[in-house]
Amino acid sequence: MRTNKLIIRTPEGICLAQQLAGPVTRFLAVAIDLAGICVISGLLAQILLLTAIVNPDLALAARTVCYFIVTVGYSIILEWFWRGQTLGKRVLKIRVVDAEGLRLRPAQIVIRNLLRLVDLLPAFYAVGGICSTLSPKFQRLGDFAANTVVIYAVPEKIPDLELLFSGTLNSLRSYSHLAAQLRKSISPGEARLALEAVVRRDGLEANSRLELFRQLADHLHPMAPFPEESLAGLTDEQYVRNIVDLIYRPIVP
Amino acid sequence: MIVDLKKFIGRERPTWEELDEMLKRVENQAVTYLSLDEIQRLHYLYERTGAGLMKISTFAAEPNLVRYLESLLTRAYAEMQDVPSRTDTWSPRRWLFRTFPQTFRKHFRFFLAALTLTVLGGLFGGGAVAFDPDAKAAIVPFPHLLENPSERVREEENKPNQMLATARGRFSAALMTNNTQVSILALALGVTWGIGTLILLFYNGVILGAVLFDYVRAGQSVFLMGWLLPHGVVEIPAILIAGQAGLLLGQALIGWNSKESVNQRLRSVAGSLVTLISGAALLLVWAGLVEAFLSQYHEPIVPYQFKIVFGLIELATLLTFLVFAGRDGGPVGTRSRASGRARSC
Repeated sequence: MRTNKLIIRTPEGICLAQQLAGPVTRFLAVAIDLAGICVISGLLAQILLLTAIVNPDLALAARTVCYFIVTVGYSIILEWFWRGQTLGKRVLKIRVVDAEGLRLRPAQIVIRNLLRLVDLLPAFYAVGGICSTLSPKFQRLGDFAANTVVIYAVPEKIPDLELLFSGTLNSLRSYSHLAAQLRKSISPGEARLALEAVVRRDGLEANSRLELFRQLADHLHPMAPFPEESLAGLTDEQYVRNIVDLIYRPIVP
Repeated sequence: MIVDLKKFIGRERPTWEELDEMLKRVENQAVTYLSLDEIQRLHYLYERTGAGLMKISTFAAEPNLVRYLESLLTRAYAEMQDVPSRTDTWSPRRWLFRTFPQTFRKHFRFFLAALTLTVLGGLFGGGAVAFDPDAKAAIVPFPHLLENPSERVREEENKPNQMLATARGRFSAALMTNNTQVSILALALGVTWGIGTLILLFYNGVILGAVLFDYVRAGQSVFLMGWLLPHGVVEIPAILIAGQAGLLLGQALIGWNSKESVNQRLRSVAGSLVTLISGAALLLVWAGLVEAFLSQYHEPIVPYQFKIVFGLIELATLLTFLVFAGRDGGPVGTRSRASGRARSC
């Protein structure tokens, strides 16, 4: 089944999900890398031109070899040193990983990059693009042979949830008995839904955002009948945010 | 039950930070050295973080926190399952004199298949030119090989290539890069279940057979040997080794007589593929140098006897190396990975 997630089930029963990078994002990363290869090759050619004063034949030979090494070695070297990332992948925040969640080995990096030669055929990544589009894990042939996938890299820092709630005066907090009732009556699924809506609100289109929070507010109102005066002037979004605050931060220091 | 996220993060943060620090240390090491206590601690931190993730996924799926923990655990999982693969350092000397020849011998049947196919292609190419001399133009893609062999030999012997004298380096570099590209293609085409590699090897054989037959028929066998042997005895085996890698990849995909999954098969041959293609590339560097600096010089500049003897010595050395090198050492490292334990979907 096609999914945009790489799901790894560990022997301990933990299910780890990583979002897979699609063909378009990967193609853009390749475009950036091609530009990088051109810049590096151009710089090397200029440097090697200086040696032409001493021996023109040697300078041209060195340029041919360097261009070949840069073309073939660029992705191999960068993916090895940057743990699955090239310049393009860094810019687009994607990363090559082992398809089974194991450590990425040098052999895998070499194979996926050497097989790029077939993925490039007949032109403009046609084979690779078609394979990637049809593959359940967006794998091109090189990825398939090397047992790798490309995922979105996650920022490696603990998210600061304080930013989610800070700076807001929660008018519902003074009704502690109603807050307790709310926490008792709301299901984990409903609480998660409200939390995700608050977290993702900035990514929503304006009308969808209004509609989503209206529906959520309508759903949450009966669970804890807060007095009208406490809700005066609150938009649906502020109401839901305050509810989430009450649920996930029962005690404020 | 709904988790108090702030309290939960406050309580678990030291665990996550310690795990992150430990992982950074392990990830940055080429060789992993952890004491028993450290391994036990890593396992504890991994399990505790895993329990935290399960709790938070069930009761409070704050997406950023879940993603952070999943990322942390994925890294930890990779390190914990893979530590045995980094218990030794890579040594170029050991790779060249042990790993490469041992890998070549381990997968010799694929080399034999590549050789057989090239020979069959050669017979076909030679036969085609024998029956229809005009077929040479259709078979051989190199213009300088299309002219009459006797005329070419006369030209080469009477008027040495002046251009080459000032462009040996360039020519050598072009040969190295071009041949290495062909080798990489021979490996890469293995992904077509080996069919692409088979076609490439056969076609190479056809060209070689057509040229050999053409020169032998014209009575230019000595020139041919003097011209081809110095670089050909290294270049042709190098292409065959790349073909060997391509066929190995094809077999891993097809999986005849194998009970392993395709992923396990590909995983088990990955190291061999890289070793074989690297070895082939190394041989092609030598072949490129010899072709530019020796093969293209003919009598009276360089006697054919010298070139032929030089080629035969190279061949004997290469065969000795591939057959005998690394026999006294241990077998090629079969680094086991716990791939069977994980299940990805």
